[in-house]
Amino acid sequence: MAENQQKLIHTFGALAELGHEVTHKQNFQEMIRTSLHLLLGSLAIMRGGVARYSRFGHELNMLAVRGLDDDFPLSLSLCYEDERQFLTNGLNVIETSQARVLPFFQVYDRSFEKKRVELAVPLIIHDEIVGLILLGEKANGEPYTSDDKEIICAMARHIGVGIAQRNLMAELERRADENRRLYDDLRMTYKDTVKAFATAIDCKDKYTEGHSVRVGKYSEIIASELGWDADQVEGAAVAGYLHDVGKLTVESKIINAPYRINAKENAELNKHPAIGYEILLPIHHPYADVPLAAKYHHERLDGRGYPDGLYDSDIPYIAKIVCLADSFDAMTTDRPYKRRRPANEIVEDLQRNSGKQFAPELVTAFCSAMLKELTGEKKDKKFRRLLGKDYLQADEIVPQLKNALNGMNATSSLTLVSLD
Amino acid sequence: MNTEPKISVQTTGETTTVFATDYLNKLSGEKIERECKRQLDAGCKTIVVNFAETEIVNSIGVSILLGVIDAASDKGASVVFSDVNENTIELFQMLGLTNHVIMDNG
Repeated sequence: MAENQQKLIHTFGALAELGHEVTHKQNFQEMIRTSLHLLLGSLAIMRGGVARYSRFGHELNMLAVRGLDDDFPLSLSLCYEDERQFLTNGLNVIETSQARVLPFFQVYDRSFEKKRVELAVPLIIHDEIVGLILLGEKANGEPYTSDDKEIICAMARHIGVGIAQRNLMAELERRADENRRLYDDLRMTYKDTVKAFATAIDCKDKYTEGHSVRVGKYSEIIASELGWDADQVEGAAVAGYLHDVGKLTVESKIINAPYRINAKENAELNKHPAIGYEILLPIHHPYADVPLAAKYHHERLDGRGYPDGLYDSDIPYIAKIVCLADSFDAMTTDRPYKRRRPANEIVEDLQRNSGKQFAPELVTAFCSAMLKELTGEKKDKKFRRLLGKDYLQADEIVPQLKNALNGMNATSSLTLVSLD
Repeated sequence: MNTEPKISVQTTGETTTVFATDYLNKLSGEKIERECKRQLDAGCKTIVVNFAETEIVNSIGVSILLGVIDAASDKGASVVFSDVNENTIELFQMLGLTNHVIMDNG
């Protein structure tokens, strides 16, 4: 009676430790190793092993072994018949000597006999084989009792759940990786499409080749200087790439007119922001406000812009960024009726129109980014790549930018628009 | 931080005595097992595990001691458990470990 009580206490201690091990251990291999110790130690079983089942390879791969020789197979194959019988048997003890009708026990008979493997317990969780436990003889030399087998099954269930949890986590991780890859592919496709659109828009205008792409890059520079996160910066770039998409519907002869266009043609051209908005609105962009940037990139803070003559706070922030980027590119590229202006004049122009056409804090951010590049504070040469290496003369422009930045105090606070 | 418990080992001729810690669990047990296997590989013929300081041996401890017994058996060496307290003797007897070792309680 006393012995039975002690045996129970010893076994329950092992079972409790096993439950804790399975639910708390972070390291899977370690959990399996400890679980095997607990199982063997609870009934003083001389040797054993825990294997995990791979249903793709139909293989049982040993995760932990105790007392099995180096020549004991670490990978054991199951055939269809074995699988079927294991599933029918469920999570119950199989005596190896009684199971020789199954191919599995015929194939590995010699290894099992050599190491006196007496029991096999298929780990069946939710009608799936997740693994197998092999157990040798007991240290007392006695046969396994029905109580022993119940204890083994209880502990095996814990180990099986541990393996099933691990499999589930691995599957979740695999799916999450796959989703991430799909998302990245989708983002890449979106970016490529946006760039293709920008190129298509620019092809229409032979005098301003590359304009949309440059406006995208300038918008990116401004957003980045404002400290926006990577996604928001990318959103600003996309808004720049697509701001002129409405021009696709404007007649080429108007866009490419080698003279100042007349009022009627101008009215036609000025429809492009609203048309661009209509084109972009039905598209599900990863960033909001891309259609708004197209619609309002010709608005001015003083209300003298078009199409709606909006005032400062009514203009979407992203449209203010694209407006500045668009104007800067217009001033720094040759037009059919006008050569590009020198950099110093453009800085003056930006300064003069700050608060009227452009948001002051954006002019500040833009000038600041330019200054950082010219003084070497920023290593990338984005402006030089976009404008040509000789256009910005540091010795002339740096003092001017410094003066401009000293003179320009932001008159309105940043009102970042969420691009999520 | 190294939390691995320190175990004492004494070797006299072909006999090595390993002193188990107060609680024979996985951490201390695996260290004992490693040490015993190292001594057996070095030609030790008798492994003495001294339990004078040991109050509790849990299931993991039992599994590890079975590993020592198995390794000694493979090498043709014998295992002696010495200074084992009464509760632990009962546990070893109940589980059949005493069939494989010499019990020496002075």
